[in-house]
This record gives sequence, C-alpha cells and structure tokens, in this order.
Amino acid sequence: MKRFATIALGVLALGVASAQPNVIKIASVSPLSGPQSGLGTAIAQGAQIAIEDAQARFQQLGFQLQFAPQDDQATPDVGVAVARRIVNDADLLGIVGHLNSGVAIAASEIYKDTNLVMVSPANTNPRVTDRGLLNVNRICGRDDIQGPVGAEYAVRVLRRSRLFVVHDKTPYGQGLAEAFAARARELGANVVALVGTEEASNFQPLILQMRALRPDLVYYGGIYDKGGVLVKQMRERGITATFMGGDGLDASDLVKIAGSASKGVLFTTTAGPISTLPRAAAFAQRYKAKFGRDAEAYAVYAFDAANVILTAIEASIRANNGRKPTREQVARAVREVRMDGLTGRIEFDSKGDRKLSDYYIISLREARYPGEVLRVIQFAPPAARQ
Amino acid sequence: MNTLNAMALPLSISLSAVSGLGVLFALLGQPVISGGWFNALLVLAVAAVLALRLPTPWRSGLLALLALTLTLMLRANNEDKIAFYLLLAVLIASFLLPNLTRLVRIALGASILLIAIPLAGLSNSFLFELGIQIGIFAALALGLNLVVGQAGLLDLGFAAFFAVGAYTWGIFGSPQAAQFIGGFPAQGLEGNFLYLFMALAIITAAITGVLIGLPALRLRGDYLALVTLGLGEVVRILANNLDKPLNITNGPQGITPVNRPDVGILADFLRAIGAERIYGRPIDDAIAYAFFFYLLVLVVIGIVLLTNLRLANSRFGRAWVAIREDEIAAKAMGIPLLATKLLAFATGAAFSGIMGAVFAAKQTFVSPESFTLQASIAILAFVILGGMGSIGGAVVGAAAVTVLNLGILKDFSDLLNTWRQTGVSILGYNMSNLPPQLNPAKYERMVFGLILILMMIYRPEGLIPEKRHRVELQEAREEAKEGSRI
Amino acid sequence: MTVADLLSILPQTILEGLLLGFVYAMVALGYTMVYGVLGLINFAHSEVFMIGAVIGLEVFRFWGNPEAPVISNPFLLLLAAIMVAMTGSGIVAVLIERLAYRPLRRRGTKNILVPMITAIGVSFLLQDLTRIYAALRHNEFNMQYRTYDALNAVFMLPMQTTIQVKGIVLIAVSILMLIGLTYLVNRTKLGKAIRAVSQDMQTAALMGINADTIISRTFLIGGALGGVAGVLFGLLYTNVTPYSGVLPGLKAFIAAVLGGIGNIPGAMVGGLVLGQLETLSGTYLPFLTNGNFGTEYKDVFAFLTLVLLLLFRPQGLFGQNVSEKV
Repeated sequence: MKRFATIALGVLALGVASAQPNVIKIASVSPLSGPQSGLGTAIAQGAQIAIEDAQARFQQLGFQLQFAPQDDQATPDVGVAVARRIVNDADLLGIVGHLNSGVAIAASEIYKDTNLVMVSPANTNPRVTDRGLLNVNRICGRDDIQGPVGAEYAVRVLRRSRLFVVHDKTPYGQGLAEAFAARARELGANVVALVGTEEASNFQPLILQMRALRPDLVYYGGIYDKGGVLVKQMRERGITATFMGGDGLDASDLVKIAGSASKGVLFTTTAGPISTLPRAAAFAQRYKAKFGRDAEAYAVYAFDAANVILTAIEASIRANNGRKPTREQVARAVREVRMDGLTGRIEFDSKGDRKLSDYYIISLREARYPGEVLRVIQFAPPAARQ
Repeated sequence: MNTLNAMALPLSISLSAVSGLGVLFALLGQPVISGGWFNALLVLAVAAVLALRLPTPWRSGLLALLALTLTLMLRANNEDKIAFYLLLAVLIASFLLPNLTRLVRIALGASILLIAIPLAGLSNSFLFELGIQIGIFAALALGLNLVVGQAGLLDLGFAAFFAVGAYTWGIFGSPQAAQFIGGFPAQGLEGNFLYLFMALAIITAAITGVLIGLPALRLRGDYLALVTLGLGEVVRILANNLDKPLNITNGPQGITPVNRPDVGILADFLRAIGAERIYGRPIDDAIAYAFFFYLLVLVVIGIVLLTNLRLANSRFGRAWVAIREDEIAAKAMGIPLLATKLLAFATGAAFSGIMGAVFAAKQTFVSPESFTLQASIAILAFVILGGMGSIGGAVVGAAAVTVLNLGILKDFSDLLNTWRQTGVSILGYNMSNLPPQLNPAKYERMVFGLILILMMIYRPEGLIPEKRHRVELQEAREEAKEGSRI
Repeated sequence: MTVADLLSILPQTILEGLLLGFVYAMVALGYTMVYGVLGLINFAHSEVFMIGAVIGLEVFRFWGNPEAPVISNPFLLLLAAIMVAMTGSGIVAVLIERLAYRPLRRRGTKNILVPMITAIGVSFLLQDLTRIYAALRHNEFNMQYRTYDALNAVFMLPMQTTIQVKGIVLIAVSILMLIGLTYLVNRTKLGKAIRAVSQDMQTAALMGINADTIISRTFLIGGALGGVAGVLFGLLYTNVTPYSGVLPGLKAFIAAVLGGIGNIPGAMVGGLVLGQLETLSGTYLPFLTNGNFGTEYKDVFAFLTLVLLLLFRPQGLFGQNVSEKV
C-alpha cells in the first residue's frame, strides 16, 4: 500500500500542464550536456537574452512569450527524439538550433512536417539548406565556403604545401575537412593525408604519421573538445606544423583544453569575435552580467537567430490581426525578414542562407580567446551567386 | 492488509466510478476537479484495479470502464500524457493479470490498441511516436530475451543486428545505393519495396547473427559476452568507416532521406472516417505516416510475439532452456550445442533486423550513432527489468523504460527548465542556479545502470518472472537460507 | 612516402606502444586478479581506472594550483597524485565489491550472468555519477591534466626517437608496480591466500582463510593498480572524460585474456602486446592500405585479435588449459 501511495504522490507532483491560448514558445535545441556543452550552452543563453528582451513587447501584443531550452546531446538520435516531442507543442513557433549539422539535418526532417521554422546559429554543412526546405534557415556561413576560404589562406597566404587533414568523423568535421582538402588540391598543395578518427584521448598514431609525413600544416575539421587535445599532444611530441581548423575551434574552451599549445592556432569562422561587431558590445556586457562568463561567438549568433524568429512572429501577428499565427506563416515571414543584427545585415535567400555572410580568419596569437582577426572575407552562398 | 483486501472491491469500484463521472463532466464542459488532482484520482483508480485482489468479472468490467475513461480523458485533453501511460498500463495488465478470460483479454487489447491509442495519437502525434518506439524496443527486447533469457547466452552487442536491418533498407531505399552500384535508381528503390526489404532484413540480420555466433558461441558464457561486445562494436565501426574505399554506408554522415512506403490509401481512409476533426487540421503526410508506422510496428510485433511464443514451446525452445540450465547435461542428452545456440542467435537477430528496416524508414535516416554499446545495454536493461526469459516481461520492460526515458524524464527536464527560468526556490535552493548538466533528460546511463544493479540484487527474476525461473530462484534462496543456518 | 620514411618512425612507434602497453598492463592486472578469485569479468574496473584518473587530476588541480601551490615540485605532486589515486580507486573497488557483488555471493546464485550484468550496471552508474560530479564541480565534461615543463621535457634517444620525462616516469612507476605486485602475490602471506582462494574458494575457507577478506583485498590491490594506471594515462594523454575508461578498459581486458585470464605475468605481457598491436596498426594501416583503411580501424584490430585468439587458443598465450568442472 505504501508503494502504491508513493507512486500516486510522485505522479501528482509531476502535474500536467495544458495548452494556454496566449502563450508563444521559442525553443533552443543544442547540446547542454556532454563534451560540447560549452558551445551548446552559449547558444541557449544567447537566445534566452533575446527572448527576455522581447517579453515586454509580446505582452503588449497580448502574448506571453516563453523560452524552452532543449538538450540534443549532440547526437542525431536524441535530436530527432527531442524534435518529435516538441513539434507537438502547439504554442511552439520557432527553433533556435542546432549546434551539429548531423543533428540539424535529421531533426529538420521532423520540423518540416509541420513547417516549424528553424534558424540555425551554427550549422555550416551545405546540406542543411541545400535540401531547399521552407522552414530551415541559418545565420552562419557554409562549409563549402569556409573550408575553401581556409585552404586559400593556408596555401596562398601562408604558402603551406604539405597538408595533413584530420577530421572527427562527424558530418560537420568530415564535410569541412573534405571541402578544405579539395580546394587545397586545386591550388596545387599536396594533401599528404586525409584521415578521420573517433579517438578522444590517444592521438599518438596520428602524431606518428605526422612524424613520417612531415606536414607543414595540420588542418582539423571538428570540434574543440578533441581538436584541443590533438594540438596539445602534437606540440608535446614536437610537431611544430601550423594548426588550423574551422569554426568548431571557435570557443574559449579550446584555450582551456590546449593551454599554451593553443598559441598560434588558426581557424576560420563565420561568427566574428565580439570585438569586431560594433553593436555587440552592450550585448556582451549584459551576457557577462547575467551568466557570469564571457559571451562567445555562438551566443551572438543565437541572439540574432532568436531575434529573426521574434521579428517574423511579430510581423505575422500583425498580418494576422493580432491573432496567433500558424507555423507556416512564421516560416514564410522569416524569409521576408530584413533586419540589422549584431552580426550585420540579415536577409535570407530562397534556400535560407544569408545573402551575404562574413568569413573570418582568426589567430590565437597569444593563446588567449578571442583571438586576433587576420582577415574578413564576404561571400554570398552558391545559390544566390548564380 | 486484511482490511485493504476486504475493502478492495468497493474501493476499486468507487474510484473507477468517480473518475468515469469526472471525465463525463469534463467532456460536457463542466470540469469538476482540476487537471492535476484528476490525474491523481485516475492513478489511484488504475492502481487499485490492477493491484488489489478482485473477482474476475469485476476486474474485467472495471478494466473496460477505466480504458473507456482514459480514452475519453485523452480526447478531452490531448496533452495529458499521464492518461496515456495509464492506458498503456491497463493494456499491459489486460494481458498479464492472471484471472481474466481470453475473450476479455483480446477484446480489451484490441480496443485499446486499435481504437483508444489511434484516437489519442491522432490528436497528439507524439503519442504515436511513443507507441512506435515502445513497439520497436519491445521487438528488440524480445529478440535479446530469446538469446539471453531463454538460451542463457549473454550478448552485449545486440544493437549490431538492429543496425544490419536498418542499413539493409537504408542503403537500398535511399540515394545511397546509387553511390556504389552503377545504374541503380538515383533516388533508391521506391518506398513500397520496404515490405520486401523487411523480409530481406530478417535474412541479412540472421546471417550476421550466424557470422558473429560461429566464433563467439564456441566460447564459455563470460567470454561470449566480451566477444559479442567487441564484435558489436566492430559492426558499428564498419558502419562508421565504410564510406571509403567504396561509399557503402556514407560513414558518419549517415543516410538520409530513406524512402517510406506510399500511404495514400491510409490517408484517404483517415479522411473518409473524418479524422480531420480529431486531428484539428487537414490530414497530411505527417499524421498519415505516424499512423502508418504505428500500425506497421503493431503488425510486426504481433508476428514477432507469435513466433516467439510458438518457438518457446517447441523442441527448440526446450532445448534452449536445457542449455541455459546446464550446458553439459544438455549436451549429454544429445542436444547439438552449437546448432541450437546458433538458431537462438539467428532468430533473435532476425527479430531485431526486421525492426531495423522499419526503424530506418520511420526515422528517414540511419546513422551509426544509433547502434552504440549504450543501445545494446539499454536493450539488456529492458530484458532484465521485465525478467529474463519472460516474454511478457520483455515487452513490459521495453514499455516501462521507454516511457521513463522518452516521457517522464524529459517532462521532468522541462519542468525543471521552467523552474530554472522563473527562479522558483525549493527548500531554499534557487532553481535558477541548477547547472544544465544536471538535466534529468541526460540520465539514461544512470537509469540503465540502476535498473541492472537493483534488479540483479533485489529481484533477479524481473518484474514478470518466467515461471520456470521463479521456482528455481525460490529454491536457491531456500538453499542459501539453509546453508547459513548450518 | 618511402619505405625509409616508414622505418624511420618505427622505433618511436614501438616506444609509444610501450607506454600505452604499460597502462593496459596495469589495468589488465585488476581484471585478471578479480577474475582469478571470483571468476567474474568486473566490467566496472574500467570505471575504477577512470576514477583514478579523475582523482589524480583533482590532486593536481588543488594541491598544484599555480597561484597557491601546496606542493610546488611537480614530481612530488605526481607522487601525491599517484598515492591519493591509489587509495581512492582501491576504496572505490572495495566498495563496489561490498555493495554490488557480495550480496549476490551471499545469495548464492548459480547463474553466472547475474554478477556480470550487475557489473555492467555498476559501470554505467559510475560513469554517470562521475559525469554529474564533473558537472557540479567544474561545470565541464572534458577534464584536463595540468602540464609542467619539468614533466614534459624531452630527451633525445638514438634513432631519432624522443621520450618525455613523463614517459620515463610512466615506465619506471609501472615496472615498480609490477615488481611489487609479483612480490606481493608470490612471496607474502596475503599473496598465498589470494592464490589459494583463486584455486578453490571453499577449500581455502576450510584452511582457515576468510574468503571475503581476501576478495576485498584483491579488489583493493586491483583497484589501486587501476588508479595508478589512471593517473599515468591522464598524465600521458592529458584529457579525461567520464567515459574515457570504457575503451581502454575493454582493451585491457582483452590484454588479460591474451595473457591467459587469471595469470598475473600473462596480463602484463598481454598489455604490452596489445599496446604494440594498437599503436602499430593505428600508425601503419593507412600507409599499408593506401589510405583506404585508416587509423579508425585500430580498435577493430584489437577485437578481432581477441576473437581469433579465443578461437585458436582460448587459454591465452600463457594460460593453462582448464577443462570445465562438472
């Protein structure tokens, strides 16, 4: 009988909320736990600030605006499960996320069924938008530009000719590394290796290969949690080749992991350091005050992504005579958004890529984050150029 | 306890009646009791009917009444997941409770599976998703149960067979096959080939089972566990790396989109019966597919269950149990060890292979991440929770853990999130300081670990013990008691 | 890429394999000793190893905090980390035995699956508890060992081979531990008791040996070795996560099987062999297959070795052939 009562009380405590007519929810979906939680938390927190800013405005329109951060654990399986769960919440009108392209591609197939709009702050894999889904957009750039931009810098500017390309066997890392290697080969450099590894601790076999192949640049397609360890072990074993990567390295945790080995690390990113974004200074201060840590690039991108969704919702509420819009209306409105975000002018093309994005090449010259911007290049996505 | 037994019948009747009336009022637009309290009442009513000692006719009647009440409850509020979980509990109970007639079982089961859950799912497709997942995991649990529970062979790489099934359809039902087979249709085989490939997946998974089993099954129990763990991991590594030299699996990128069968007829059927009114929108692909996969999983699980039951009572089933109980004695009785074990391995693998193909089509993508060691251990946890060797137990275990993982833990996470944002204090602790790493949604490993440990220490026969096992464990306990007395 | 290039890194590859092999050897001893006394694959040993690495890391973090170091000499700090991790991991191992395995033994279940499944459960539980600890303590998942110039200093060896001070320390500590263990098992009373329990628990009990105490001590010794291995692993590769015990643990068990499970010198040799196998295959596979099968197949190699070995020589390289008791 006791067990019976405990179960009953437990269930009672859970309670069940029912749908309220005047609530609008925005969710962020990113890894909040696990090795990549550093970047994922930045995304959730950036979006949270944007939503808290807008709450008063929505109150005046007669809506209570709520924020629902979700954890996709950086795995497609969990991402899909989360997606299937949240699409059923009728109050949910927009998604800020994901961090990992592999997760985004799988989950957006679920959002697609109900036209739930997703604005990604971080998914750079070309396939994310190349599928031409109405509901998928991104604030950041693309790997088929980011990789080649890195390759041009490595080969033309740094004059590196023996390139050792590593990736972490994720869709993001592999896509980026392959785009880099392809462009580097076109430019006449010798790609001495293109290898993937799931290893997280022991990179010695790769480092031994580097000893044999003597590359002058090691390119890493992947996230900082493994990239940082790789560069640290490389430097300990006396491999002095330049270490370069993509925006997965763009995190303060890279410096925390690699320590002094992060000195001189180069990476391309589509999210410039906050210091280069004039309007972001105030945001950075508030972020620091609220969360007690420095805002990272993806926090700014998530802030912009959330604001795009909020702007679109407001526009569609007005178009809808003050009533709650449908998801499809919001998705269409996102494509119409023209606004100045912290990261510059935001306008989407017909695939959901930004009409123009900036690509930065950054050097951690002093082993401190954020690094020093070496170059900014503006690119349009392939579809818009045609 | 005696008073409780005496009160059992009136208590159950009154609780069920009150909840039934409550739903009626709620449907008429005059809710008498507010949501949370009403759910508590329902929980009490279901628990009373399931757990207390009741005469057969009363229990049948009350179960039917509760099933109806819960269905209506879900119609009134499609977000009410607790009502859905309770409906599942009633469903499972109607199969497992000892004193029900076969007619009642079939009638209750069919009406819940074919009417109540579809009604609920049409208004909230997450409930379909939950049902589909439970079905998929239940088939996996049944497959592993056959190997671990019935034949006593600990397989720690069971997700490999699921992977083989998923890739069997994933590769040919998507643009992937055209990557390495010249002249193959660019978009892959059309979705209706899924039915053929479900049959093929049975074969490929069974072959993989034999291939892994041939070396592994010559070994003793503990080595077998280790070797299957290793070979399971090998299958995942292969899936993750066979994008070169020939792009077979597309490596870590996974395969997407995987084609799904045509559901036009089903959508027309839904339109014809006026399901739009329940769905709230015109019938679209999303709901048609959710309903379709729900039905498909139901059919497959039915086939798997039937096969499993028939096998368990056959010559092979008895041979498996004989091997589990005493290998050497079984051998002495003339049971061919390797062949019999291989048959268990292949059959278990086939069960998960067919669900793998369904899984690939349902997810519309396949990637190696779904088939990790953690997935294998999760399936093991289902079997252990339900009871090794018990067919009903495997299904209950899968249902319970899936509801816990996909439903309750995630709901709890959402609740904590709300508290975190609104800054609620509990016992003086400000919830907004709670680190996000502590998200309950992430506790799968701990849940699986605790299930395995606690069940093994306190109830190794599982929630729903296999008959033979129960007797044996009791004997062992008595022996141990006597031993300590000496 | 010439053959000369490939050969030029061979000595270094063998050295790296040796370092990894010593780590495997020490972890393998924990598996093999527990298997010896209980006949149980202690899946949770990989987590004892990982927890040792985390404890060592915390010692470095707190006593070696650069602003106010309690111990400023990195070698003394390393010694402290090893001692604390030995104690901590040993205690964790003993607790696992007390709380999870002993109740099963008491109940006297004959089914060998029961303790093994419990062990898997303990392993998963400990992974998540460590994850929660890391999250609460530092709000992180990847934990980094501090690096010290004194430990990272590089020595040149002949044949273009280099070794860091921490590599030398690793080899020295491992050899000391292995000699110490061999002495303990072969020359002391406790060792004799452990061997007796391994051979026949009931007869040993009749001879006046308290089997429970001996089993506890076996877990303590195995756990302590696992803890040392954890610290050395962390020191060598610098990155520790709550899940970083799983694969090394699995491979260490394979090493134990390779050397003949229950056989102590066998586990040491098995660990060294597996370290070589993994490093050599990881390094040379891409060259030998023209990049088609890369480093990522190194784990496949370890597992396939296990399968082949068990098929053709199930008693391991040094084990004795035991026929099943009826």
